[in-house]
Amino acid sequence: MAALLIKNGRVIDPASGHDALADLLIEDGVIAGVGANVSKQGAEILDATGLIVAPGFIDMHVHLREPGFEHAETIESGSRAAAAGGFTSIAPMPNTSPVNDNATVTSYIVEKARRRAVVNVWPIGAITKGSEGEELAAIGSMVNAGAVAISDDGRPVMNARVMRRAMEFACGFNIPVINHCEDLHLSAGGDMHEGLESVRLGLRGIPGCSEDVMVARDILLAEVTGARYHVAHISAKHSVEMVAFAKMRGLGVTAETTPHHFAIADTDMIPYDSNFKMKPPLRTQGDIEAITAGVMSGAIDAIATDHAPHPGSEKMQEFEKCPFGILGLETALGVSLERLLHSRRIGLMRLVELFTTGPARILSIPRGTLAQGAAADVTIFSLDREWTYDVNKSFSKSRNSPFHGKTFRGGPVATIVNGWTVWRV
Amino acid sequence: MRGGLLGIEGLTRDEIQAILDRARDFQPKPGQGFRKLDLLRGRMVVNLFFEASTRTRTSFEIAAKCLGADAVSINAQASSVSKGESLVDTLNTLAAMRPDAIIMRHAASGAPHFLQRHLDTPIINAGDGTHEHPTQALLDARTILDRGASLEDLRVAIIGDIAHSRVARSDAYLLSKFGAQIVLCGPASLLPHELKYIAPGITLTTNLDDAIRGADVIMMLRVQLERQHESAFPASEYFQFYGLRLEHLRLAKPDVIVMHPGPINRGREISSEVADSQRSVILNQVENGIAVRMAVLERVLGGSATH
Repeated sequence: MAALLIKNGRVIDPASGHDALADLLIEDGVIAGVGANVSKQGAEILDATGLIVAPGFIDMHVHLREPGFEHAETIESGSRAAAAGGFTSIAPMPNTSPVNDNATVTSYIVEKARRRAVVNVWPIGAITKGSEGEELAAIGSMVNAGAVAISDDGRPVMNARVMRRAMEFACGFNIPVINHCEDLHLSAGGDMHEGLESVRLGLRGIPGCSEDVMVARDILLAEVTGARYHVAHISAKHSVEMVAFAKMRGLGVTAETTPHHFAIADTDMIPYDSNFKMKPPLRTQGDIEAITAGVMSGAIDAIATDHAPHPGSEKMQEFEKCPFGILGLETALGVSLERLLHSRRIGLMRLVELFTTGPARILSIPRGTLAQGAAADVTIFSLDREWTYDVNKSFSKSRNSPFHGKTFRGGPVATIVNGWTVWRV
Repeated sequence: MRGGLLGIEGLTRDEIQAILDRARDFQPKPGQGFRKLDLLRGRMVVNLFFEASTRTRTSFEIAAKCLGADAVSINAQASSVSKGESLVDTLNTLAAMRPDAIIMRHAASGAPHFLQRHLDTPIINAGDGTHEHPTQALLDARTILDRGASLEDLRVAIIGDIAHSRVARSDAYLLSKFGAQIVLCGPASLLPHELKYIAPGITLTTNLDDAIRGADVIMMLRVQLERQHESAFPASEYFQFYGLRLEHLRLAKPDVIVMHPGPINRGREISSEVADSQRSVILNQVENGIAVRMAVLERVLGGSATH
């Protein structure tokens, strides 16, 4: 492998606090050094003038649909979409078929990723067998096979006792328990956020409190068990407040939010267009403000996409019949730049942190830094390049995005994984 | 004018007034039946009902025939839908047979709105889930206007399962555009507080007496048990607290009219005595349904044949 020298970029590394124009040298798949006027005989030069050079982005919440739903996405296609979005690491949720609730499935994903994926894949195992919320899955074996966290994402763990036991057991393996917080009795049958829009459109609602009550319960359980607990795709105002409260109390509680949850309100939906249907649902402007405030204050630790491909045949139906979820990998940075950076809610260092050290710490993976000797995962992006998202050109096998046709200012330019340039704009 | 009719919310007051005025031309003379006209001769409409319906489907069919159009009715429950065909494919297949309009009822809110984005054939919404039922609101307005000069400042109480009612939404949108005061009333669990903000002039109450007091019009709604996925109220108490009985009418204006979109459930939301009283205009509503739908079909299908 030839050395790669990234010249003249603005190198931002939240792990060290570095933010300066510099050159970055990659040799043998690792970071060889960062500094002014680095030169290296025979190195391939990548001119990053005017661009940001950051540690490779990590998306700790994606759905790759393999095994079982390869018509919607595969580990390969999902990883290519990730690369095109500037992500060098992705963590697929276990709601495949079969569910990733044992080491055999985990090993399959790891092996398939090793052969087919263009980015690093860090599987998340199920909390319970079949993600049915009853009996704990083979958690320890999955961790040994490469799982970095457990979650029944797509489904909440409804039984508080099961959740408690999962948290206790997870402590022994130092992995976080990630919950999709939704009290199914409160959200039953809902298709969008419960509020004026759902009443107006005659659609059944998913109230904010269906998330809040489970976040509250889980925070109490995290205190009892001492577990590391992570709220997936936080969407509701009170949930953000409770996570901030848990942090104030020194609990091992973290949270992620998705770009669509801080970019689109229920009132922005195209009525009955399933590209706006996901769980948790798009909520109100007030929730968006609370999430943005949480991103600014640190209550929220990471931005994750919840990339959820569904084939057109499933999304082209009556709204209430359509499955939940939208694509997210290729638009996450563009949306985040627009909503958080260009709108001056957070600075560049914080933005990079949300995509790198934030998720890396939660998952305890050795990524998210440009320190010498670290794996050479690098995301190069622009703050001002105008581009328009065409979902029909997506690397994903699916086309369900509410951002189709949207023009962004700034976005990924090159994605480097273990020293290899896996995508360039 | 091309384009279908998906809901009342998106119509202007003038557009609604035009339909109501035109409907009056189609009303039968006293003691006579509907006149047979040939304004839409050579035109074809398809009645596509994915939900059971007797009165609305029949009403549209008669309206089409009174205008000289051909009407084909399809009971979608017994068609290709049961063979697993998607809604979009069903509609595309029908559209390929070149009807001039598709009249559609569907249990999913927004189904016609979703389909219209993928289909050139105009769709007339004959009721979508718990969202809108525009021709019902039009016939209700026509019926109210038959008794009075204007909708402005009228106090209209709409009572029952508001949350699940497409009739309540369409009526509220329409009456609001004409400056009526609308009181929505029902058990709190069927009366989301956001309803107050869907249109100007709406107030909410959970008290039946308060709703009826001073009302010019009382609209009763059926309890839509088929749309309730849980018990949102104690069923045994419904008639006691929300059933309309003769004694309630004393609270209303002396010339109050009682309406109901049907089918009525005597003894559940309305007593037999009220349903059969002089104040009830339920059968006038049914008659006006045909006149109003004639006006809608004429509007949607336009004047002269285009192909």
